[in-house]
Amino acid sequence: MTSVLVKDLTLKFGALTVLDNLTIDIPEGEFLVLLGASGCGKSTLLNCIAGLLDPTDGEIHINDRNVTWEEPSGRGIGMVFQSYALYPQMTVAGNLSFGLKNARMPKAEIEKRVARAAEILQIEPLLDRKPAALSGGQRQRVAIGRALVRDVDVFLFDEPLSNLDAKLRADLRVEIKRLHHNLKNTMIYVTHDQVEAMTLADRIAIMKGGVIQQLDSPTEIYNRPVNKYVAGFIGSPEINFFEGTLDGQTFVTDGHEFPLAGYAFQGPVPTKGAAWLGIRPEHIVTGEAAASLPVTAEAEIDIVEPMGSDTLAWAKLAGQSVRIRMDGQAAVRTGDRITIGFDPARASLFDRASEDRL
Amino acid sequence: MVDAVTPRGPKPRRRFSRANVMLYGTLIVVALYYALPLYVMIVTSLKGMPEIRLGNIFSPPVEITFQPWVKAWAEACTGINCEGLSRGFWNSVQILIPSVILSIAIASVNGYALANWKFKGSEVFFTILIVGAFIPYQVMLYPLVIILRELGLYGNVWGLVLVHTVFGMPILTLLFRNYFTSVPEELFKAARVDGAGFWGIYFRIMLPMSLPIFVVAIILQVTGIWNDFLFGVIYTKPADYPMTVQLNNIVNSVQGIKEYNVNMAATLLTGLVPLIIYFASGKLFVRGIAAGAVKG
Repeated sequence: MTSVLVKDLTLKFGALTVLDNLTIDIPEGEFLVLLGASGCGKSTLLNCIAGLLDPTDGEIHINDRNVTWEEPSGRGIGMVFQSYALYPQMTVAGNLSFGLKNARMPKAEIEKRVARAAEILQIEPLLDRKPAALSGGQRQRVAIGRALVRDVDVFLFDEPLSNLDAKLRADLRVEIKRLHHNLKNTMIYVTHDQVEAMTLADRIAIMKGGVIQQLDSPTEIYNRPVNKYVAGFIGSPEINFFEGTLDGQTFVTDGHEFPLAGYAFQGPVPTKGAAWLGIRPEHIVTGEAAASLPVTAEAEIDIVEPMGSDTLAWAKLAGQSVRIRMDGQAAVRTGDRITIGFDPARASLFDRASEDRL
Repeated sequence: MVDAVTPRGPKPRRRFSRANVMLYGTLIVVALYYALPLYVMIVTSLKGMPEIRLGNIFSPPVEITFQPWVKAWAEACTGINCEGLSRGFWNSVQILIPSVILSIAIASVNGYALANWKFKGSEVFFTILIVGAFIPYQVMLYPLVIILRELGLYGNVWGLVLVHTVFGMPILTLLFRNYFTSVPEELFKAARVDGAGFWGIYFRIMLPMSLPIFVVAIILQVTGIWNDFLFGVIYTKPADYPMTVQLNNIVNSVQGIKEYNVNMAATLLTGLVPLIIYFASGKLFVRGIAAGAVKG
C-alpha cells in the first residue's frame, strides 16, 4: 500500500527551479532517505510533503488522500528538525502535549500519550525540565517524542542528527533505526551524510538539482550507481575514476589496457566510445591476491593514511592518483612498488558525454 | 636583576596605563557634563527665591524648602487655571496608557505577520511603512487635523491617542519584525506541524519568547509619548493638554516674577516618569536591544 505519493511536483522560486517535475512513490512502512549535497532540493521536498511550502505544481497524497491543500497539522505527519525547534518556554511535557492540546484532545488521553512517548524514548525523568536544561541528544529525543505523541502515519526527519557530535550521532542513529523497527511507520529522512543514508535506509533517493538521480536500495546504489554523479557522491573514500576509451572488450586509459570480461553492461554492449571507468578503493586488491584478477597493474605508493581499522594508500597509476583501501595491519610505506588488481565485474563504466552507466 | 619573574598565570596589568587614564578621564568629564545641569536643577528647586537671587547657582541650598515642588504640582498657574501640573500629569497618563497599549499591540502583530507569514506584497508593504519613519512630522500636521476633524476626533484625547498609535507604527513594526525574524524559522514550522494557527503561534509561542523586545517597545513608547509636545499642543484642547505642554506654559509665562525654583521643580516633575522608566528597566532594555545577537 502506498503511504506517501508525490506526483509531478514542481517548485519554483521566481526563475529558480528547486524541484523539477518530481514523482516518488513510498510504500507503507518504508524508511526512505533523501540524500544529496546542500542545495539539491531535498529539504525543500520534505517541506512540501509536510505542507510548509506550497508547490508550484503537482500533488501530494498521504495514505491515499490528496493533501496538497491541507494544513501541515491535517496531513498525519510528524516532523523532526535539525535545530530541534523545541518551544523554549515550555517544559518537556508541555512540548510533547502542545500539538495534542491544539487538537483539543481530552486531558487523560494527552497524559497517556505523553507517558507512552516518554517511556519509548526514555525521557521520563526530564518531563518537568525546560529545553535549555537538556543536552543536545536529549533535546533531539524530545523532538522525536513530539512527533511520536501525535500518533502520525508518516515521520519526517530534516537532518535530525547534524547538530550532534560524532558519538551521539552514531548512538541516536541506531535509536532511530530501532524506533523504525518497532513502530514500522513510514519515515522520510533528509540528510547529507551518506553513512546515515546507507545504515538507515530501505531505499535511498539521491538528489541533484531538484531531480532524483537514483532511487534504489543502498546496496544497489553502492554497487551499481546509475551515473557518475551518484558513483562519486556515495562511498568514502571516494571512488576512483579513469578517463579513457572503450575498444571492444577493453578499456584503454593512458597506456594501460583493462580487459572488461565479466562486466555486466546495462544495455546493448558498446564497442567504441569515450568513457569513464570507476572502481571503489575497497575493490582494488593488492599483493598476491591481485595477480589472479583479470585487471592487474604495477603502482608506486605515494602517500599512506593509516586509520586504524583500515589504511588508505594513494598510488600512481595511469598518470593519476588512485585511492586504495587496504587492511589496517598492512605494512606499506611511501615509495613501495606493489601489484594491484581488480575485478571488472565490480567496476562501473559511464559514458563520457552523458555520464550515464553503460 | 634581569627577568627575575618567571611568566606564569595571568599577565599582570598596570592600573594607571595611559589607555586607562584616557578612558576613565573621558568618562568622568562626560559624566560631569551631563550630571551638572541636573545638579543645578535639583539644588535650585530646593531653594527659596531670596537665596536664588544671590546668584550662586552651584551652591547647595542653605535652607531646604519643598515649597516650590508643592507649588509646581498643585498651585502654579497657566492662564486663569491654578491647579499646577497635577492636571497635566493626569492628562498625560490618560493619553499615555491607551497609546502605548494600542500601538504595541498592533505593531507586534504587524511585525509577527511580516516576519513569519509572508504574503504577496509584504515586502512592499514593509518598505512603505519604513519610509513613513523618515517623513518629518510637520508635513503631516495639517492633513491630520483635517482627518481628525472628519472623524470627529479633533480636540479629543482619543484623537491624540490615534495620532500617537499611527506615528509609533513604523519604528515599532521594524523593531518587532526584526526580533521575530531572529526567532528560528524551524520553531515556527514545528508549531504549524503541531496544529497552531496564526493567533495560536503568536500568543503561545512568540509572545512568551519576546518579553525583552516588549520591554524595549514599552520604554520607547512611554518616553516618546510622555515627552511629546508638538502633537499634544496641536490635537488637544487646553483642558486636555498633556504635562509637557502645561510645563511649557508655566515656564514660559511672561507675567509676574520668574520663579526659578518652581520652574525647576516643574521640569523635574515632568521628567520624572521617563527617568523612573530608564532606571527601573535599564538592564532589561539592554537585554532587549542585544537580543538576537546572543542566542543559546
